[in-house]
Amino acid sequence: MFKPKVPQKEIKYEELRIYTDEELRNPTDEEMKNFKIKHDIPLLEQLESGPWPSFVADLKVEAWRRRKLADDRMMIPRDVVEDLLGQVELSFVHGETHWKHGGIVGVIGYGGGVIGRYSDLPDKFPGIAHFHTIRVNQPASKFYKTDFLRAICDLWEFRGSGIMNLHGSTGDLIFLGTTTEQLEPIFQEMAHHLSQDLGGSGSNLRTPECCVGRARCEYACYDTQDVCYELTMHFQDELHRPAFPYKFKFKFSGCPNDCVASVARADLSVIGIWRDKIRIDQDAVRAYIKGDLIPNAGAHRGRDWGKFDIQKEVIDLCPTKCMRLEGEELYIDDENCVRCMHCINVMPRALRPGTDTGACVMVGGKAPILEGAQLSMVLVPFMKLEPPYDNLKELIEKIWEVWMEEGKNRERLGELIQRMGLWRFLDAIGLPPAPQMVWAPRANPYIFWKEEDVPGGFKRDINDYRSRHAR
Amino acid sequence: MGLSTTRFGVFNPEKPHENRITDIGPRHFWEFFPPVIQRNYGKWLYHEILEPGVLVHVSETGEKVYTVRVGGMRTMSVAFVREICDIADKYCDGYVRFTTRNNIEFMVDSEEKLEALKKELASRKFYSGSYKFPIGGTGCSVSNIVHTQGYVHCHTPATDASSMVKALMDELFDYFQSMTLPAKVRIAVACCLNMCGAVHCSDIAMVGIHRKPPAIDTEYVAKLCEIPTVIASCPLGAISPATTPDGKKTVKIREDRCMFCGNCYTMCPALPIADKEGDGVAIVAGGKVSNRISPPKFSKVVVAYLPNNFPRFPEVCQTVKKILETYAKHARKYERLGDWAERIGWEKFFELCELPFTYHLLDDYRLALDTYRTSTQFRFTEAAWEVSKAARGI
Ligand code: HEM
Ligand code: SF4
Ligand code: SF4
Ligand code: SF4
Ligand code: SF4
Repeated sequence: MFKPKVPQKEIKYEELRIYTDEELRNPTDEEMKNFKIKHDIPLLEQLESGPWPSFVADLKVEAWRRRKLADDRMMIPRDVVEDLLGQVELSFVHGETHWKHGGIVGVIGYGGGVIGRYSDLPDKFPGIAHFHTIRVNQPASKFYKTDFLRAICDLWEFRGSGIMNLHGSTGDLIFLGTTTEQLEPIFQEMAHHLSQDLGGSGSNLRTPECCVGRARCEYACYDTQDVCYELTMHFQDELHRPAFPYKFKFKFSGCPNDCVASVARADLSVIGIWRDKIRIDQDAVRAYIKGDLIPNAGAHRGRDWGKFDIQKEVIDLCPTKCMRLEGEELYIDDENCVRCMHCINVMPRALRPGTDTGACVMVGGKAPILEGAQLSMVLVPFMKLEPPYDNLKELIEKIWEVWMEEGKNRERLGELIQRMGLWRFLDAIGLPPAPQMVWAPRANPYIFWKEEDVPGGFKRDINDYRSRHAR
Repeated sequence: MGLSTTRFGVFNPEKPHENRITDIGPRHFWEFFPPVIQRNYGKWLYHEILEPGVLVHVSETGEKVYTVRVGGMRTMSVAFVREICDIADKYCDGYVRFTTRNNIEFMVDSEEKLEALKKELASRKFYSGSYKFPIGGTGCSVSNIVHTQGYVHCHTPATDASSMVKALMDELFDYFQSMTLPAKVRIAVACCLNMCGAVHCSDIAMVGIHRKPPAIDTEYVAKLCEIPTVIASCPLGAISPATTPDGKKTVKIREDRCMFCGNCYTMCPALPIADKEGDGVAIVAGGKVSNRISPPKFSKVVVAYLPNNFPRFPEVCQTVKKILETYAKHARKYERLGDWAERIGWEKFFELCELPFTYHLLDDYRLALDTYRTSTQFRFTEAAWEVSKAARGI
């Protein structure tokens, strides 16, 4: 149905693997109970118990495995995991981290994708003297074939610490901890054998991320995976070669439920919406009312909330009160629906988003550093999104042009908009203003009129004025 | 040809530009979709949560896919990922998915496979007794806590994330495995104000904070950093140039202006800000990202500081549990934590959750005025009488 934009090697783990089954054997519980790592870690060991999966227990298993590997079966120090645990333990004792500040490393030709990391106690923890992070550009929606994951695991055990994040906060698959020497080999092994590139870091486009969308969600109003992939590929240069004042993030959610939290953490949040009517299946509405269908898709199953009451639970909670029941027929005044998703979430079998779908494009979301947190704000109320998404690409390019021209070092787009004022920004990218962009118009009349708005311009003749007014 | 087992693999350090492959992007998503997903792409009709952690999606083609969601550690070893692969191979034809909240999702296309898969997942435990694949996190539950890197990998944290998440999830485990809350509760942890995740819009979030201004490594400021850049890095303009008695260029910091954001340290390693006594945890609450019923909103600071009590953070766990349980008891069906707090009034929120309201919670940053109440519409709580008494009003 979709085609990759570059040739992809088919991945067969059996052809790629580095380690034998015997080498991959995990320890038995007995072996683990008798296993001591080289540092004392009494505080961390308190985290081995309790029901939630224990990262300490997991890392110890990996430490055990590295003890068993032959010297030439790993390219970075054997002790890497044990030293990591030792350093974290010491950080608990000191109440301060022991990672050194910064450090610039990377692969040739890329400005991002690798984050330098060094221990500030290399003598005590030589295994993590270098412990650089590699960001790997995850596939859209984070589905994987195990052949690929296993190959990644072998690569990372051989050339790195064997510790990873699935996934990091920006969405990438993250390799935690390798030496400077192994950066290029890892990058090229991935490219040659796995058709897999690095993600973004630094002052450039960060790895775009999307929700599960049409792959397994009935709400998706556009193809989040396809847009995410297409734009990631289209903007490879911006992803790998930083030219920006600071980071820039795209995130794609298929509907206003916003499962990838794009509104809170993306400079460009693309949220799927529709502009026609919510589709209603009146038979299913009746079935919900009768109690034949379970409301809210079963999300409230754990507690007895009483019989489902469509008036109280749906109609009265609609933020614009645009729904009403006539007999057992549900009516929606769609002009007043603000597409909050509540009624659809409560009755997914009766209600569906419309069929004239697209996305609302919002800009400026970010976490607090520097000028405080911002949520993304509405820029384009509705945009049709069809491959190859040229309209969205063009909009992004215009936004970047303004940001690169006007933005200060380490100024996120949202902060720039705040500094310029929204209308100057709109002016710069050539969009008209609309009430959809604000909660309410301004309360103060301190309007910055443009000279061309005012007949006669700004130039005044004082003598003319004085001809009417004595000094 | 397999992955290389030589020191440099396909990379040739003598000719670094030879045979280079770059800019190929991620693997294309389509071939990573299980066949049932490929067949029903864009054709899903509806879904239902059958029990905590178990979903069924039904397609217009009549096909169904069952998903079992399990909580995951964000930091995991390759040994653990291989175990995920073993399960995916055995039950899911070799496909698996991860969610934005670091959960793992196993998908099967029949109920028989589902039962076997659930059994297998629940049976797998670490030698120390922790589950490896706890099932849950759907619907009106506490889903997996998204978090940042902390002491495991970051250079600026004010607290640790992995340990706090483990401690919290142990404490809230029942809420992960059940769906008894009025609405979903999304919890997050960030180890510093950078907040690498979306913690500023979570129902409840922990944020590592510093409370002492940076120490100045006077001998090294000029050597390690560009002084104008350092000065410009401070959002509060607290940093200015200075000269030591022996003529070295350095900076000085106006302590009364510093809000301990750590931005200057990010720009200059000679201004370390981490400190055992100073560092700790703030709790923010009432945020959300979804547009459901009410618009997305920020979380608000409800506890300005709790100590970093490694590794189990008892004060943090107790406070979060208290907030969560008070919310569970009082909120209405469908009401997110922030919507509940707004309905009953934040003053009541503090009273019900038994949280002290201290001066730290009055905003004094930019646009603070927006948060000051300009109405006589409020609820009376004990805190109100305290003020009235102090003003000899009663
Ligand atoms: C942005 C628009 C406005 C500005 C800049 C403005 C400015 C001022 C200023 C400077 C004063 C103080 C005068 C003095 O005591 O020397 C004042 C007083 C006053 N203004 Fe306005 N004003 C504005 C809008 C309004 C509006 C819309 C109303 C009516 C609804 C209003 C009603 C008053 C009243 C009643 C006073 C007298 C208050 C008192 O004596 O305590 N003003 N205004
Ligand atoms: S954002 Fe909407 S479309 Fe995307 S996964 Fe969430 S509910 Fe589905
Ligand atoms: S989507 Fe929201 S606003 Fe629209 S009808 Fe449903 S509840 Fe009302
Ligand atoms: S939140 Fe702060 S300390 Fe934590 S990983 Fe991000 S930058 Fe590092
Ligand atoms: S910590 Fe933040 S507020 Fe304090 S001096 Fe540094 S940059 Fe300024």
